[in-house]
Amino acid sequence: MIDRRDFIHASLATLALAGGSLSGYRSAIAGQKITQDEILKFDAKGQITLIHVGDIHSQAKPIYFREPSVNIGVGEALGLPPHLTGKEMLKKFGIKAGSPQAYALNSEDFGQLAKTYGKMGGLDRVATLVKAIRAERPNKCLLLDSGDTWQGSWTSLQTRGEDMVKIMAMMKPDAITGHWEFTYGAERVKELIDMLEFPFLAGNVISTEWEEPVFEATKMYERNGVKIAVVGQAFPYTPVANPRWMFPDWSFGIRDKMVQAHVTKARADGADVVVLLSHNGFDVDRKLATRVQGIDVILTGHTHDAIPTTVNVNNTLLVASGCSGKFVSRLDLDIKDKKVAGFNFKLMPVFSDVIAKDAAVTKVIDETRAPYEKHLNEVIGTTTNTLFRRGNMSGTFDDLICTALIDKQDAEISLSPGFRWGPSLIPGQDITNDDLYNQTAMTYPSVYKLDFTGKRIKEILEDVGDNLFNKDPYFQQGGDMVRVGGLAFDMDASKNIGERITNMKLTRNGKDLEAGKTYSVAGWASVNEDTGTKGTPVWELVREWIKDKKTVDLKSTDHIKLTNG
Amino acid sequence: MTNMKVEVLDRRQFLVTAGAAAAFIGGFSSAANATPETAAALLKELTKGGAAGAMEGKIKIDLPEIAENGNTVPVKLSVESPMTADSYVKSVHLVSEGNPGPEMASFHFTPASGKANAAARMRLAKTQNVVGIAEMSDGKFYVSKTQVKVTIGGCGG
Repeated sequence: MIDRRDFIHASLATLALAGGSLSGYRSAIAGQKITQDEILKFDAKGQITLIHVGDIHSQAKPIYFREPSVNIGVGEALGLPPHLTGKEMLKKFGIKAGSPQAYALNSEDFGQLAKTYGKMGGLDRVATLVKAIRAERPNKCLLLDSGDTWQGSWTSLQTRGEDMVKIMAMMKPDAITGHWEFTYGAERVKELIDMLEFPFLAGNVISTEWEEPVFEATKMYERNGVKIAVVGQAFPYTPVANPRWMFPDWSFGIRDKMVQAHVTKARADGADVVVLLSHNGFDVDRKLATRVQGIDVILTGHTHDAIPTTVNVNNTLLVASGCSGKFVSRLDLDIKDKKVAGFNFKLMPVFSDVIAKDAAVTKVIDETRAPYEKHLNEVIGTTTNTLFRRGNMSGTFDDLICTALIDKQDAEISLSPGFRWGPSLIPGQDITNDDLYNQTAMTYPSVYKLDFTGKRIKEILEDVGDNLFNKDPYFQQGGDMVRVGGLAFDMDASKNIGERITNMKLTRNGKDLEAGKTYSVAGWASVNEDTGTKGTPVWELVREWIKDKKTVDLKSTDHIKLTNG
Repeated sequence: MTNMKVEVLDRRQFLVTAGAAAAFIGGFSSAANATPETAAALLKELTKGGAAGAMEGKIKIDLPEIAENGNTVPVKLSVESPMTADSYVKSVHLVSEGNPGPEMASFHFTPASGKANAAARMRLAKTQNVVGIAEMSDGKFYVSKTQVKVTIGGCGG
């Protein structure tokens, strides 16, 4: 049996020698045809091509990433993509269970399929796809990054975002917007932006004092005779979801009237096509598209959704390209009379083992990792089951963190933020420092232990629940539910704030949580400056816990029951 | 942007204080005594009973969906109206349904104001409705109610 990697490399060598194509070769992978050519295969259309990436979260190397099995839509988004998971999702998009597409886009049989199809992503592979598309469509492409690109790994944390700026620069993006980028603090963001050879667009960020623009809002490009306006929209709730003290002079917000003004101006300035490069989150953009007129395409981000087709809302095409470097989207547009007359779209899965590495990008990735490589590769334990984070209510990696917080801090209850970044580990995989940092590397990582009343705990859960499940998407902040250890509860997503959480019981003894009683609560990632930055970083505590256990065996938990009316 | 006399009823409501509530720590003020009822009572007093017949429309209040900082929330208001001696906006009152007290601000205009626009910052103790009422020179009243969320925050992403 030929080794998968050897096979692929052999194929690529043949390709290089023959100067031909990989087509015609079948990979050894489960008898499925996945080749670089097959992934890139595209029926070119119209004058221009938009290439979209986003939410890379500093995952420069290939990773496993399990898509959510729980992703509830509320209000008008009920039952619509991206709020379809599992078999329902496969059915909706006509994807065969067990196929490469199912593995890339779905959580069904994830652990098994991961062993068959291997890792996804790797920015040297992403670079290969981008380069190939550009080669096919010279002077017709824009590469647009919807942000959350500079945070999420140890190397990014240590270089305060600079590693990702260097790696991405190799692909020559045309614009970026932001969210976690801001968590390096205002001064550092400005320094990083100064290193870019392309604009950081964020038309919805204004100064708190005088309400003046902080960043460029719009950039006009000309490709193949078409004038393309790209308007940037940073994550509207950055100062609410992340520490406002890090950028105290900047105010965000959805500001759809301001978006309309930018779009109207772009049209007046002669734009043939208007693109919103957005970090709003998918459901927010779905609503925004009904309220702002004149946007042709929204390249969405923030909510980490991977949707294999475009979603058309009010003549605006919404694109959702997943996260962690797992996908590259290609959207070809045929523009006639300042309107989209036709388009073709493909969400390209980045199968790490079949896409050739771009050697120049590999070199930069290796260089940025070199000072930390030994430490990053250190094995601290092994996992028996899949460790994942994505899902509305819980994930096994967060269960691990919540359990470690309780054990190490001797607390009754633990809380961990519902971040959507952080790749997965598959059954039997070693856990390295790299893997641990991929879940925790951020600038306010300190653990805390505090006393909260039962009433206060309920308020916190209700508050975060409303950020996730408010029927009006404009009130959704795009994270998942705060992860909870030591406490079981039921949650009805369809209810209103104050009424969603019921049946709260301590898992330790099955007793009801009492409103007036005080409980010790351990957590991390407070947006308060002292609490968030002055204590022990969470990775130290979790590392110790994993090292103690050697093998971790976290099964999917059922302490949180989610219903949807 | 304003040509008007601002009468600030409670100066404290416009102050920015340090040390905002943070993720899971600190929290909401428990001293929020204003309610929809006390807010309505205050409006009745301020409008000498006119609030009861207030209609929707004309007055626009621009507030964020979710406050970034409950201690200093930007508010902009405008009333669609001519500003002539015959027809103008006399005043706009802003009232809280969830602060320690319902009083927020009253803005008085004259035809010389040119426009009935105003901008200010206010403090919101918790998620609540902000009610604005415009009194016109012909004795009509217009009302607008806007909900602003003040969240614990800290979990997005």
